[in-house]
Amino acid sequence: MLSHSEASENFIADAERTDWHDETLWFVRAKRDKASKVLPEWEALREHASQVKDHTLANLGEYLVAFEAKANANGIHVHWAADAAEHNAIVHKIIADQGSKILVKSKSMLTEECHLNDYLAEKGIEVVDTDLGERIVQFRNEAPSHIVLPAIHLKKEDVGETFHKHLGTPKGNKDPQFLTEAARQHLRGHFLASEVAITGVNFAIAETGEFVVCTNEGNADMGAHLAKVHIACMGIEKIIPKRADLAVFLRLLARSATGQLITTYSSHFHKPREGQEMHIVLLDNGRTRQLADPKYKNSLKCIRCAACFNTCPVYRRSGGHSYHQPVAGPIGSILAPNIDKKANADLPFASTLCGSCSNVCPVKINIHEQLWFWRQDLMAAGLAPIGKSIGMKLMAYTLAHPAIYRLGGSLLRRFSGLLNSGLNPWYKQREMPQAPKESFQEWYKKR
Amino acid sequence: MRVALFVPCYIDQFYPQVAVASLELLEKLGCEVIVPTDQTCCGQPMANSGFASSTEGCDANFTQNFEGFDYIVGPSGSCVLHLKEHHPSEKIRNSVYEICEFLTDVLKVSALSATFPHRVGLHQSCHGQRGLRLSSMSERNEKPYSKLEDLLSLVNGVEVVMPEREDECCGFGGTFCVTEEAVSVKMGQDRIKEHAANAVDYIVGADTSCLMHMEGILRRQGSKVQVKHIVEILNHA
Repeated sequence: MLSHSEASENFIADAERTDWHDETLWFVRAKRDKASKVLPEWEALREHASQVKDHTLANLGEYLVAFEAKANANGIHVHWAADAAEHNAIVHKIIADQGSKILVKSKSMLTEECHLNDYLAEKGIEVVDTDLGERIVQFRNEAPSHIVLPAIHLKKEDVGETFHKHLGTPKGNKDPQFLTEAARQHLRGHFLASEVAITGVNFAIAETGEFVVCTNEGNADMGAHLAKVHIACMGIEKIIPKRADLAVFLRLLARSATGQLITTYSSHFHKPREGQEMHIVLLDNGRTRQLADPKYKNSLKCIRCAACFNTCPVYRRSGGHSYHQPVAGPIGSILAPNIDKKANADLPFASTLCGSCSNVCPVKINIHEQLWFWRQDLMAAGLAPIGKSIGMKLMAYTLAHPAIYRLGGSLLRRFSGLLNSGLNPWYKQREMPQAPKESFQEWYKKR
Repeated sequence: MRVALFVPCYIDQFYPQVAVASLELLEKLGCEVIVPTDQTCCGQPMANSGFASSTEGCDANFTQNFEGFDYIVGPSGSCVLHLKEHHPSEKIRNSVYEICEFLTDVLKVSALSATFPHRVGLHQSCHGQRGLRLSSMSERNEKPYSKLEDLLSLVNGVEVVMPEREDECCGFGGTFCVTEEAVSVKMGQDRIKEHAANAVDYIVGADTSCLMHMEGILRRQGSKVQVKHIVEILNHA
């Protein structure tokens, strides 16, 4: 697996595509700015949402149990999964009991986190992703590169080529409307035929036992309303206490994600319709571990709007796949090390700590500060490359001893020409600073 | 007013003119400026690389040099932010100021005898801007303000222009500039492109590290655009 920096270098090698990717996402960020700045109460909304989430996380157990009781009373089957394996086994059992071999699924980053599609494929069950972007990447056997815009790394030409191969559209046709219609017809067949539909969950309300799924394409509704069995998969952090809280989050979510005033479909699911089975799977998968650490607990406030992706100058220029995790971008970089420190030790370093992420975040997660904390924890866990550990210790020693610092500084200036070498990553595309004859301190002594 | 001048290590070694300008400017404004001569570094290079646990000696040296002062002033938003957020001594954390912040909030400078008849593009360094709140930021719904622009408005002849994306990061990012070389350089190139489109003579900012990174790219490109720290302009006769 390539590290973030290696994968980014490959991405950037196509400068034109990188510029296009950067500009496309910057456009989304600008739309978000516009949608947030027309609300004089925007910062108050962020603060309110942040406090609701803080309160919920502080009482998470109680709210989850309250939700379970209400949902059960509404006729929904509630399942608890400690990790991805349990989650997948629960989902599989429900499908197997029903007897389906093919089903539809709307967007759910949680099922990506659990690699549910691969798991079910091994059991002989085909999952048809019905979000347009997800279907495109699924055809291409790729992972989503963005949690809201899964195929944002692809251009319409790429989609035309993919649909030609998988849906038989005419070669060379890259007309978005035509291609969308082809996908619509293709998916319609699956909606009508599927007896099981899986959806994600944006919010689950403890007060009422209902859950809310937000989509712009209506694909969650098409799947869930036609299927005999609806399985909703959610992380335990998606709970909110009351229906009244929902209004705040729906406003923040759509404006932060795409600059829309409201998501096209915010569908409430209370209870199964006559003859339907409804299941909800509540997943932990490391979330309670994150909750127990005061440094990182706050990351569970995330509502998956991806505003931090769109604003991140690194993400925009490196693409989602460079993060080698289902959730990329700044938020992914603080969530992933909790699942696997070693595999994700590069991610908290894929940032300049510019702080833009923390300031667009609609629920005020201190993302850039958590990146900093993860850096400390990962290095303390011995995950630094050996050269880096030695270099850092040497630097720390030098900077702790003024006489050695002065000697080192003067040697560095005198021989700075040696750094004009291919071995110096700075020098690859940048000149070294011109070394002055005297340091400031040397000048000052003579003043 | 008695002020200790904090000169970040890389400014001491590679950009002494920034420290000279800081010293002269503070003196012009009536401060008694002391330069502790055994100072080295704020510790940020190690800490941001995940080795905050190794900065004990560096932190102790900083404390030794600066603990006697109520005002510690440095020409680097990033180093100052690091000290404010992470230095173990509360006295140090509460006494350290970025120089534009100090000029604006403590000295309340309302006039300068500086002239700089050039067109300059302002670079908002992230740690100064979002960390120290030297200016408002585009992410938030807040009233626009800028301590840097206010100070530049006191200089005769200078024309300040903002890049299209007015507060995007330049990509320096400490050791990020070498560990994530490709992204770092691309970010820097993109910033420079916007400033060049404004036909500026100089890119100006309050953080020499960002300027060093952009200068490296400008010089490699053979560009005529130069970089200057804001104090060099505020102190320019």
